[in-house]
Amino acid sequence: MATAIEVENLSKEYGTLHAVDGISFRVQVGAVFAFLGPNGAGKTTTVEILEGLRRRGGGTVTVLGLNPWTDGRRLHPRIGVIPQEFRFFDKITPREAIQYYAALFDQKVDVDRLLERVVLSDKATARFETLSGGQKQKLGLALALVSDPELLFLDEPTTGLDPQARRAIRDVIRSLHSEGKTIFLTTHYLEEAELLADQVAIIHHGRIIADGTSSSIISQFGHPPRLRLEGSAALAEILRRQVARPVTFNDGMIEVEIRTSADVLPVLTAAQASGLPWSNPTTVRDSLEDVFVRLVGEMDEGEVRASPLPAGPGGAR
Amino acid sequence: MNPRRIGADFRVFALGFLRNSISLFFSLFFPLVLIVMFGAIYGGLGTAHATLWVEDEDSAAPLAQGFLKTLNATGDLTLNFVSLSVGNLSTYLTNHSLTAGLVLPATFSQRIQAGLPANLTLYTDPVSSGNAGVVQGAVGAALFAFNLQLAHGTALAGVSQHNVGSPVFTNIDYLVPGLIGFSILVSPMFAMVDLTATYRKEKLFRQLSLTPLTKGEWLTSKIMWYVGLTFVSAALMIGAGDGIFGAHATLSWGMLPFLVLGPFFFVSLGMLAGSLTRTPETAAIVGNVISFPMMFLSGTFFPVSAFGSTLQTIAKLLPLYYVIDGLNAVMLFNNPLEAFHDALIVAGLSVVVFGLALLAFKWRDE
Repeated sequence: MATAIEVENLSKEYGTLHAVDGISFRVQVGAVFAFLGPNGAGKTTTVEILEGLRRRGGGTVTVLGLNPWTDGRRLHPRIGVIPQEFRFFDKITPREAIQYYAALFDQKVDVDRLLERVVLSDKATARFETLSGGQKQKLGLALALVSDPELLFLDEPTTGLDPQARRAIRDVIRSLHSEGKTIFLTTHYLEEAELLADQVAIIHHGRIIADGTSSSIISQFGHPPRLRLEGSAALAEILRRQVARPVTFNDGMIEVEIRTSADVLPVLTAAQASGLPWSNPTTVRDSLEDVFVRLVGEMDEGEVRASPLPAGPGGAR
Repeated sequence: MNPRRIGADFRVFALGFLRNSISLFFSLFFPLVLIVMFGAIYGGLGTAHATLWVEDEDSAAPLAQGFLKTLNATGDLTLNFVSLSVGNLSTYLTNHSLTAGLVLPATFSQRIQAGLPANLTLYTDPVSSGNAGVVQGAVGAALFAFNLQLAHGTALAGVSQHNVGSPVFTNIDYLVPGLIGFSILVSPMFAMVDLTATYRKEKLFRQLSLTPLTKGEWLTSKIMWYVGLTFVSAALMIGAGDGIFGAHATLSWGMLPFLVLGPFFFVSLGMLAGSLTRTPETAAIVGNVISFPMMFLSGTFFPVSAFGSTLQTIAKLLPLYYVIDGLNAVMLFNNPLEAFHDALIVAGLSVVVFGLALLAFKWRDE
């Protein structure tokens, strides 16, 4: 499959600070790529280098086959960008803003349809200064779509928005994905990445510490799935002896590590046979957020040394 | 340079500007306020007039009444009579915050009839120099006429007074070009300094850098807007000067270079100043530091010829001086050669500052 973004050993320093420290990854055409990391991890610097807004320090970057810093004039009509906290001219309405961008990009745009698409029709003639945060981001999204770009950079497009606005923007992202657009998404909402992204990379202290699909990252870095049930310490001890799987007990909650669904039945049978009370059996597995919090936390504590990860198809190397 | 993109940017900027009441006030209404205010100060609104408080100790005598009639006939004064019971007129004037008074002594008529000099006592307030001048002039003129009348004489020598430039020009005529220059400086300069610093802070330039719009196109649309605004503002000021004060500014094609090059220069200078500062607050300070000396030393409110030689030399280093001097040359003195010389200087400076502004102005971060 063709590559939309190719980054090789990218670095960027601000004085002595290594904001981006030799990262490499590829984004396939048509994929939703979620770029995750805590504040100050290097996300925005990376995104801005990819957009051609900031000069890279070292390494190579190719976006749609072009160098974003030197080929901006050719690249920008092919990409759409929503920066963090999108701003526009205060006195201009969404309708006028779209007409303005359409004229700049020399595109014929059905303004009403575009406003409808981003769920902003009711604010078509309201001045930008009167729009809510969510409505401003929706306008940013609309403007990013004016040039019908092949690749969209969405830098925390839903941060600080109410659930309705977040859902509306996510719906647009899904629909763009279904049209075959490539989307580079940075977000603080891990469930958003899990929901939307084909590929995920986690950056911390300027280095990529995990990369792949959500499930592959969870499998690689998360805890194994567990069967959880409510019961006593005595029952936990019995299960530990009988099922030969790791068992933990904490505050009236027993967790038994399982490899496959076939491991569930013996655990429940043993619990039933014990004669001790138990209830509410559920299977639990780590979410991307659990993995993210653990990885970032462990790295901050110095327990994990980031090391280059094996290259998957389109993944970090 | 793409005309479609320049047009689109011009339209959006114009809409934003016209919807901003502060911008409108300072661009269109404020120059009108200035022309009305300065026009009134410089005497275009009504004629010079003063009130004189008179203590007539010789009120029964026809000669004293004759003098006061002559004084009243000058038309420059309103005479208010005070009672003799007030005592010392000087103290009375001070206690009542009055600025001019005249005492006709009790012996006024008697001394004149005896062929002796009779002195009046005139009080004026040096702080109110304009008022004092009117009073002194009117009393002097009345005394001259009164003496001539007593001597049964006729005035033979006289003077016919004319203004430089044209026999009909008044202060307001000289003020109109200066205030057009003021408007050319203030509106584009302050707006562009603020705009450049604010857009950069709010990352609007970076956003625009992701569109096909170029820096040159963006700046050109701003220059176009402020040139248009200058034409409107100049028309309003000329109209107000003529309509309210009867100013005689000559409309001439020779004004065009200054109405175009002036905003061109100050938009570019504003953008340059805004580009070289880090925050909107610093930009505002820099804008003021650049603008204020120009505002007062370029002949806007006071003629440069009234300055000392050092200030005149400094004035000639200021670009606004050449804009105002050129406007004066075409609007008042019909001196196209002087205007051409000024226009060449403004054009040269504009090209240099436009180039520097483009160099200093960054869409994106290095």
